[in-house]
Amino acid sequence: MRKFWIILSHTYMTRVKTKAFLISTIITLLFIIGLANIQSIIDLFSNDDETKKIAIIDESEEMFTSLKEGVESTNDDLELIRYDESEESGKEAVKDEDFAALVVLSMNDKHLPEATYYADTISEAGEQMAIEQQLQQLKVSLATQQAGIDQETLGAIQAPVSFNKVALDESAKTDEEISQARGIVYVMLILLYVSVIVYGMMIAQDVATEKSSRVMEILISSVSPVTQMFAKISGIALLGLTQVGLFIGVGYGIISMKQDEFSGEIFEVFGLQDTSPSVYVYAIIFFVLGYLLYATLAAMLGSLVSRIEDVQQFMTPLIFLIMIAFFMAMFGLSAPQSTFITTSSYIPFFTPMLMFLRVGMLDIPIWEIVLSLCILIGTIILLALLGARVYKGGVLMYGQSSSLRDFKKAIALSKKD
Amino acid sequence: MTLVLNNVSKRFGNTTAVDHLSLEIPEKEIFGFLGGNGAGKTTTFRMILGLLSPTAGQIHWNGSFIDHHKSHLIGYLPEERGLYPKLKVREQLIYLGKLRGMTKQEVLTELKNWLERFKVPEYLDKKIEELSKGNQQKVQFISAIIHQPKLVILDEPFTGLDPINVEMLKEAVVDLKEQGTSIVFSSHRMDHVEELCEHLCILHKGKQVVQGALFDIKRTFGKKNLIIHADGSLEFLRHFSGVVQYKPVTQGCILQIENERISQDIFQALQEKEFIRKFELEEPSLNDIFIEKVGADYA
Repeated sequence: MRKFWIILSHTYMTRVKTKAFLISTIITLLFIIGLANIQSIIDLFSNDDETKKIAIIDESEEMFTSLKEGVESTNDDLELIRYDESEESGKEAVKDEDFAALVVLSMNDKHLPEATYYADTISEAGEQMAIEQQLQQLKVSLATQQAGIDQETLGAIQAPVSFNKVALDESAKTDEEISQARGIVYVMLILLYVSVIVYGMMIAQDVATEKSSRVMEILISSVSPVTQMFAKISGIALLGLTQVGLFIGVGYGIISMKQDEFSGEIFEVFGLQDTSPSVYVYAIIFFVLGYLLYATLAAMLGSLVSRIEDVQQFMTPLIFLIMIAFFMAMFGLSAPQSTFITTSSYIPFFTPMLMFLRVGMLDIPIWEIVLSLCILIGTIILLALLGARVYKGGVLMYGQSSSLRDFKKAIALSKKD
Repeated sequence: MTLVLNNVSKRFGNTTAVDHLSLEIPEKEIFGFLGGNGAGKTTTFRMILGLLSPTAGQIHWNGSFIDHHKSHLIGYLPEERGLYPKLKVREQLIYLGKLRGMTKQEVLTELKNWLERFKVPEYLDKKIEELSKGNQQKVQFISAIIHQPKLVILDEPFTGLDPINVEMLKEAVVDLKEQGTSIVFSSHRMDHVEELCEHLCILHKGKQVVQGALFDIKRTFGKKNLIIHADGSLEFLRHFSGVVQYKPVTQGCILQIENERISQDIFQALQEKEFIRKFELEEPSLNDIFIEKVGADYA
């Protein structure tokens, strides 16, 4: 046990001190801080811009006032100005950048509004859309007035239909709960996906480095391969916790500092406000087990590699596996009840993502969860035993690491007879 | 603590790396373990350390098996460098030392002493990859013996070192022996083995071809070298009965003879014919024995 801690702390400390770790952590932290302040950053830039002036030539002489009111009340940065000179000089003014755009309004023969929009480029959709929308409303109210429909009737027609959803199963989740659960499931899926790829790669690389530098021979003569493998996996896990913890901590700190701005935005979107605590517990359980499963696999693959350059190649199957799981889960977010998802959620490599998704979004009987957990834990133990064998043999195998045939060789090499 | 290998074999698939090897490595001695490239030395070392299990036979050290629980008693210097290239000497040795049951303070004290002794105290905070091959070898050597083990396996410890450093390390190995450590020593340099080892074994294609005390091995080898410097032709000695090999040199010739007594016959035959400047009977060198025992198959 003492040696376990020595290796764990060594793995952790040497990784924490590397420049790569520091730089990647700082960059991500800056990114988080930037993201949290995105509104201020956008404001910073848009404040420099003055309000955009739009010249209006109103040939009908009756629409300008209501259009100006409508547009300016919904868009702070637009200002509509009546333009009394000719259309040609208006276009010149736009070219000279006195105005952002020129709009020529007129009434057609049915006494409905028409407009032509002139601007340097018509790729900036913002102001164009705003004016078009307001004009559309104006057209609707003009047309209905002509048809003799009063505003009240119009309001009644346009009001959305009332559509209530009621789940008859008492324990089924409400609509609100599901959308909240979707948020936390989403966060957990991405976190697990990224962790497996980043930290799995780190484990494989660490093992391959030790192997290629032949320190491994000295190491496994002082510690049992199983202890070594799990100390390494735990050390990297701790590193991941440090990093992710730092991100979450800083993110949380910033968000609580700007509580007013954010309340009702991000939290609601991700459903982090009133999700039941059991979902969090499941999230942690499935996350830890998922990490363990893939980390064991990564350590095993790393031990088969003789040169660090080959790590990438050997990790490909693992990365494919987690990618498939991730995309299945993405599909599952919109169809959590499909047979496909239900069946796949018992396959250990997919369980951490799919079963958690089902737990979060559906109400499934506890025995299903327990069964999938048992299969998952069983697989981890099996993989750990197999991994330790491969590890023990693999680390003594040098030369070309080109195929997974090495797998069999590694096991044969570690045989106890 | 005696290390005993009892009829040990190791097969990888169809190839036999080690074939019925039986050895007794005495306590507090330097045991020479020789063999050509691919003779099975490294495989044997890995089996002794418990990294590989023998296909047949047993290995005992003081009556029990060796595995990682005994690592604080064992030191191992692998043939190829086994160090983290990116770590500093200090960090490296503290890590490996701790794994062998030392405290950080003990490692530092010992490490400083050793670096001092090897005249490289300034390497304490250098990264391994910044050191030259020879200096890496010194660090590797320190890492194998820093915990004062009872049994040390040195696989080619002197490769990549200049003659001055070889002497320095050789001295350290001898000191270690005098402090009561048993050492298994492998080398391609026969002169080193001859100088350091009392007992030895020569492995060829997994089989042991020679084993025993150096003195006895030379004795029972029988054949001797005879160096003769004389005026006139010595050509007639080429076909003299009892002469195994005749090698002319500028001032005379070097003969390999079946046994000591032949030298007397040659001396008498020569006396009548030529003026003898030098007539020297020499023990065969380990090099001769090695080439004779192992080289036969190469020819």
